[in-house]
Amino acid sequence: MSDVRHQAQRPIPFFCFASDIQRATTEFNDVQFDIHSIKLGQDVTAEDIAEDLEFLDDWEERYRYIIDLGKQLPGLPDTLKTEDRFVRGCQSQVWLETDYDSEADTLYLAVDSDALIVKGLAAIVLSALNRQSPQAVRDYDMDAFFDRIDLLGHLSPTRGNGLRAMVAKIKQQAGQLAA
Amino acid sequence: MSVDINALRAQFPILDQQVNGKPLVYLDNGATTQKPVAVLDALQNYYRGVNSNVHRGAHHLSDQATGQFEGARQTVADFLNASREEILWTKGTTESINMVAQCVARERLQTGDEVLIATSEHHANIVPWQQACAATGASLKVIPLREDCSLDQDAFEQLLNDKTRIFAIGHASNALGTLNPVKDMIAKAKAAGAITLVDGAQAVGHFPVDVKALDVDFYAFSGHKLFGPTGIGVLYGRREQLEAMPPYQTGGEMIETVSFEKSTWNQLPYKFEAGTPNIAGAIGLAAAIQWLNGQDRGALLAHEDALLKRATALAEACDGLKIIGTAASKVSVLSFLLDGAHPADVGMLLDKQGVAVRTGHHCTMPLMDSLGIPGTVRASFSIYNTLDEVDRLFQALEKVKTFL
Repeated sequence: MSDVRHQAQRPIPFFCFASDIQRATTEFNDVQFDIHSIKLGQDVTAEDIAEDLEFLDDWEERYRYIIDLGKQLPGLPDTLKTEDRFVRGCQSQVWLETDYDSEADTLYLAVDSDALIVKGLAAIVLSALNRQSPQAVRDYDMDAFFDRIDLLGHLSPTRGNGLRAMVAKIKQQAGQLAA
Repeated sequence: MSVDINALRAQFPILDQQVNGKPLVYLDNGATTQKPVAVLDALQNYYRGVNSNVHRGAHHLSDQATGQFEGARQTVADFLNASREEILWTKGTTESINMVAQCVARERLQTGDEVLIATSEHHANIVPWQQACAATGASLKVIPLREDCSLDQDAFEQLLNDKTRIFAIGHASNALGTLNPVKDMIAKAKAAGAITLVDGAQAVGHFPVDVKALDVDFYAFSGHKLFGPTGIGVLYGRREQLEAMPPYQTGGEMIETVSFEKSTWNQLPYKFEAGTPNIAGAIGLAAAIQWLNGQDRGALLAHEDALLKRATALAEACDGLKIIGTAASKVSVLSFLLDGAHPADVGMLLDKQGVAVRTGHHCTMPLMDSLGIPGTVRASFSIYNTLDEVDRLFQALEKVKTFL
């Protein structure tokens, strides 16, 4: 819609191998989806995100940053947007894909949303939970993290954006694996 | 005559506040309207000086409370041009429609019968009928929309037949603002032998309604969309219809006599009001109506028209914006989509700029499905909005575009 790109005071970290969002989406839709390609949580951690957000002080910069995170996160191919991966929100929808590597005791996550801000917030969730052990995922205090980065309102049950339900779903699966 | 908008706004204290560091622009009036001081005072005064249970106490306060409560019913009756026995208190439009679906539809519908509604209905005017149909073997028929999102009147006439037992229609669409020609449609439905109901939730806050002139059997609305409190609503029912209806709920208040073998029902309207009613809500709603009656409603309507005209003109000039719902006759609602942007994102970025709108499917999923869209952004205006606020919406939208 607009080619006005923001002038970030520092570059936004890329965490997947395609820098062209359009191309990335198409590729992921056409080519086989690989959940292990999402390096968020490893190359870019929750700590990195928190530092970036701390650096951005006005709401415009913060939301441009979140939206960019959403744009960079590879979406799920339509074939994976099935009922069992679906997390219903009142305002927006979320899809969640998980894969557990039992040898490495690592949980891999991929998410998608039809709304960009929610997708960006989901990317932030992944920075904390992706590529971790189920136990670490289960025990992670997401509310505390979102409170720290001053985005707790988005996790509120009243928002109806599917984000809270998504975190609960991830934690539930992690809890079962960790048990 | 024009509206003294500053004086009007001064009566709605909530409007004077900052949201996210910007002056609030409240454009979510379709969801609920704000309350004038007259309503806030009425609620305060009731609880501070009058609170008591109605219809039963042998004491001063109960007499006063009963007087105000029944006076409120008369205020609503006058507002709709009905008799006070025909005014039932409910929780809101949803309960009003459920009451008719429960006490009329489920009682009288049979296999092969039809209930006729429109594509643009709110879930509250779909699901109760759908469930009544499922329980009775009747079927739900739906009037399609034309290109501009007005009702397809030809299709309506074709769908209407001697099996149509109930015709339930929204006066104005909450999602799009389309104003439906209900008077004409009610006359046709009545001629076909149908019981008629109008969901007036999105109408009463905008323009006067006369149930006798509409010649409708049931008219439902909510107090909170009419500058009154939440949790209070109205079901107008034509006397003959209400007399033929069995009670909705049973218990105290609604009985005449009770023994362990059998009970007999109280007269209208009490037959439908089991338990202690929402006394404060009824009094608050009456205060809202009295306040509104004291305004120049013609001038308010002209003001709302001016708001919609300005918003529509700016929307048409706005690059990448598509208006959803372009019917010639609309209440002051502008539903739209920004090219390639999810409504939830637009709503969130407007909120950051102090502009309150609603986004999503607006409880009209079948309508959104029929339009092939996930939802819209809806700016719904009311009497206290200003032309400047309309401009601020579009300034904020220009900024939103730079994000997406």
